[in-house]
Amino acid sequence: MIYREAGDFKTSYRDDSQTFPIRLDRWGYYAVLAVAFGIVPFVINDYWANAVLVPFLIYAIAALGLNILTGYAGQVSLGTGGFMAVGAYAVYKLMTSFPEVNVVIHILLAGGITAIVGLLFGLPSLRIKGFYLAVATLAAQFFLVWLFNKVPWFYNYSASGQITAPTRTVLDHAVTGPAASAPAKYLVCLCFAFVLAWVARNLTRGTLGRKWMAIRDMDIAAEIIGVDPLRAKLSAFAVSSFFVGIAGALLFAVYLGAAEVGEAFGINKSFLVLFMIIIGGLGSIFGSFAGAAFLVLLPVLLKNLLVGSLGWPTDLAAHIELMIVGALIVLFLIVEPHGLARLWTLTKEKLRLWPFPH
Amino acid sequence: MKLTFPALVAAAVMAAAPAMADLVVPNMSYRTGPYAANGIPYADGFADYFTLLNERDGGIGGQLIQVPECETAYNTEKGVECYEALKSQNPLVLNPLSTGITYQLIPKIGVDGIPLYTPGYGRTSAKDGSVFEWVFNAPANYWDGASVAVKHILDQEGGDLSGKKIALVYHNSAYGKEPIRTLEELSEKHGFELTLLPVDAPGQEQKSQWLQIRREKPDYVIMYAWGVMNQVALQEAVNIRFPMDKFIGIWWSGSENDVRPAGAGADGYKALTFHGVGQDYPLYEDLKTHVYDAGKAAGAGDQTGTVLYSRGAYAALVIAEAIRKAQELAGTSEITAAQMRDGFEALEITAERMEELGLPDFGQPISLSCENHGGDGLARIQQWNASEGKWNLITDFIEPDAEILDPLIKADSAAYAQEAGLTPRCN
Amino acid sequence: MDQFIFAAEVVLNGLMTGVMYALVALGFVLIFKASGVFNYAQGVLALFAALTLVGIQNGQVPFAHLINAALGTQLHHFGWTVPSVMAIALTALVMVGLAFLIEKLVLQHLVGQEPIILFMATIGLAYFLEGLGDVMWGADIKTLDVGLPQGISDSIETMTDAWFGYGFFIDRLDIWATVIAALLVAALVAFAQYTKQGRAMRAVADDHQAALSVGISLRFIWVMVWSIAGFVALVAGIMWGTKSGVQFSLSLIALKALPVLMLGGFTSIPGAIVGGLIIGVGEKLFEFTVGPMVGGATENWFAYVLALLFLVFRPQGLFGERIIERV
Repeated sequence: MIYREAGDFKTSYRDDSQTFPIRLDRWGYYAVLAVAFGIVPFVINDYWANAVLVPFLIYAIAALGLNILTGYAGQVSLGTGGFMAVGAYAVYKLMTSFPEVNVVIHILLAGGITAIVGLLFGLPSLRIKGFYLAVATLAAQFFLVWLFNKVPWFYNYSASGQITAPTRTVLDHAVTGPAASAPAKYLVCLCFAFVLAWVARNLTRGTLGRKWMAIRDMDIAAEIIGVDPLRAKLSAFAVSSFFVGIAGALLFAVYLGAAEVGEAFGINKSFLVLFMIIIGGLGSIFGSFAGAAFLVLLPVLLKNLLVGSLGWPTDLAAHIELMIVGALIVLFLIVEPHGLARLWTLTKEKLRLWPFPH
Repeated sequence: MKLTFPALVAAAVMAAAPAMADLVVPNMSYRTGPYAANGIPYADGFADYFTLLNERDGGIGGQLIQVPECETAYNTEKGVECYEALKSQNPLVLNPLSTGITYQLIPKIGVDGIPLYTPGYGRTSAKDGSVFEWVFNAPANYWDGASVAVKHILDQEGGDLSGKKIALVYHNSAYGKEPIRTLEELSEKHGFELTLLPVDAPGQEQKSQWLQIRREKPDYVIMYAWGVMNQVALQEAVNIRFPMDKFIGIWWSGSENDVRPAGAGADGYKALTFHGVGQDYPLYEDLKTHVYDAGKAAGAGDQTGTVLYSRGAYAALVIAEAIRKAQELAGTSEITAAQMRDGFEALEITAERMEELGLPDFGQPISLSCENHGGDGLARIQQWNASEGKWNLITDFIEPDAEILDPLIKADSAAYAQEAGLTPRCN
Repeated sequence: MDQFIFAAEVVLNGLMTGVMYALVALGFVLIFKASGVFNYAQGVLALFAALTLVGIQNGQVPFAHLINAALGTQLHHFGWTVPSVMAIALTALVMVGLAFLIEKLVLQHLVGQEPIILFMATIGLAYFLEGLGDVMWGADIKTLDVGLPQGISDSIETMTDAWFGYGFFIDRLDIWATVIAALLVAALVAFAQYTKQGRAMRAVADDHQAALSVGISLRFIWVMVWSIAGFVALVAGIMWGTKSGVQFSLSLIALKALPVLMLGGFTSIPGAIVGGLIIGVGEKLFEFTVGPMVGGATENWFAYVLALLFLVFRPQGLFGERIIERV
């Protein structure tokens, strides 16, 4: 009734192949952007920024990155935590070595450095496939964490090996360090997330994305029709690591402010981001955001509900929270194995017919 | 999905904000996750002490104390969430019991003006109050611990360590790496040979490290471990028949949880502590009448008298004394976080005061000032008696080697001041 | 010469450690072979089994904390203790029940899905079991003692001392683990080769569809395989839990099994054993020789790098089924 495409006529191919071909979708998208950029920064407080929105946006970027590699190019990776650590330590070294350069440039450079490292660790993918590759990327995860822990140059020889983000500004507003305000942090992350999502969307529907998907669906077949697996796989690793590196840099510099490699970028992080894209939906931009939202917001929501509203003891609440998250994951998979993104699509299909399904 | 989610979160958050209390001392605990076994007794002790004050004395200076609990699971990101949630309740002081979360909060609390109290953990150089205005780590820190351990070894060896070998088995993280610098300086001073043996978290597999100890036969082993690494290290030490009385753990490697799984073999193991152990203190009678028997004990109520329970209660005690001092200085019982910091800086806990509080000879006298946020750093040695199943104190409080530590602390805090662009205060 | 003897000791201990890794890896292989599921929850299964074992042994009241919080009671223990053997048997029964529930509530609804979806489902399961274990039995450390000996083996020490002038260290627990692992593998192989159910299991592993068409009940096989994996998890939980006490970190031993799996192949039981041994020896030797030069704590990553090197030459693992690709 409300959601339909009748009367939405296209007169060019360009119109027809746009990201949101249905007018209502397009409006919805603009509305979300308008709220995110125009309203939220004015009403956001510290709790919402630091506990909810900033981690959500950062994890969404990491999930986008991993989704490019796993969802589009079909290479399962469990090295995400290690690559995020590369981004974090790169941005730390850059921020402390060149304090006069704008932090946004540092974050982009950190992404670039991570891309190079990712490329190196992507080399085994040319021979190893499937779950074996996933476990092989764990070598990157454990090696990188060990390296950052062991070599004092990376943490500027501080006594304990912790790195702390100094204060840096963008347009005279602090975005890193303790003085950064909630709207500033939020806006920086939002801009990165928006631009990177836009880039990801356009990469994945272009030549490169089609090559990745061909490799994902069957690499030998793709090779026969002329896709170079070396370049396709390595470019997927590089682009994915670029995204993940930026997420790591933001996680350290904007969100946490201080980090220790084993704790902040351990194996759990790799798994967490992988869970996000599977729950959200492999090979979907929207899915990356939905998965990140699910795994960042749900625990916070449950905690506030159980401890705050129902007044349960915190330990019981934490245990039950784990059980609920686990049960929900299984439930979602049973209802729709292809993730939240697919669920969303199905809902829209149904809405088109609603209220006359026959 | 997308629309209902934030709405639900909003509803939950709104409902979560409790009624404003006058004195809020949050309990940032971890009763889940890999370190739950250590977090539970500490959180119980911390909460029970404030319950006692509320029940017996009607709070401090007539003000009831609220102790909202927030579960961090020893995870820095949950720690951030807790910090933001607790911040809105105007807490007087925070005690996160995690070195990682402490490092993260140090820059933030400076801006928000909330004191951080990190007894026996956290950033060691925070002892220098001229740089770390809002952080307090009295009565002892990691470097004090390393120094006291070496002093105890000196005592055992008749004052001469030249040619001796000491091995440090440590958790390969920020926490475990803390004592290295101190021990290196001390090894130069006393002429002992130092071997470093890192163990990666979580530390379930330590065979390589203990085989090496068995081969090289160090005279003493000092350990900075946490979580499962403690139990496994104890077991491996028993397995290779390392003399347990030459095996000394930091205070975070010295709870009942750590030694029990190794059984009778752990008998004689030593650990540092900066407070007394057991239940032979008058305070426990009060706790029994006002808290346990009244059914108001925190958690399952089965942790009372354990090492970490005592430590949690001791942390609460120091905070309570600082609140009292702050009330006295401010001339009002409804103090703010800034007044709380002044209270900490003027804190004075004498041996007589400890006796009044029902804990004679439990903790060292603490006297803080604007420069000194870390106290004197004394610690004593406790030894495990496996047949009785309890810790016994075997030394008096031992002073750390200030000659070595002070320059190290100055250097580290100066480096932080420069990095963060702070000018030292207290002049 | 001394270095050589030390290295020999390190290798021996590496072999023993390898057996401990292999014990964990076995559970993964069993499930992967029979149902193509990469069971992320295997580590948590080991934790859950060990928690249940200790709980039954000590007569703990399950869900005591929850009941106390809800009803204001003061329940903790039933006041009895159960002998080890009986407790192990009871725990094995619980694991069978758990396998039945998992099949009924999770796997049954996901038949025919892609491997990654099934993998994800086991992650959900891992979360759930982790919470359940804590709610049921509490999050404190529990001492596990089923009568397995621990500590250095004196006879081996004196023997090697007489031979080389240096007594080797071998943990008696490791010797037991080796014996038990050998028995376990022998039993599994015998079961798979000589019993009807075993043959059915292999048939399912070979081809689901074909097995179904000759009348093998897939559901029964899955319950059976998960029960066996649960039992293997229990054995692994006992071995590791005896050393460290039963606590949350027990679930992290799964990470130690991953390089083993990768090296031995996901589908081969002998592969899990051989892979375990290679990883055990490799990481210990590397830490012994190169470790001191680079500052130690190399074991975690070296295990993976070692496995990676093997994979570059044999992408399906040492004993994995040959990957045949058709367009």
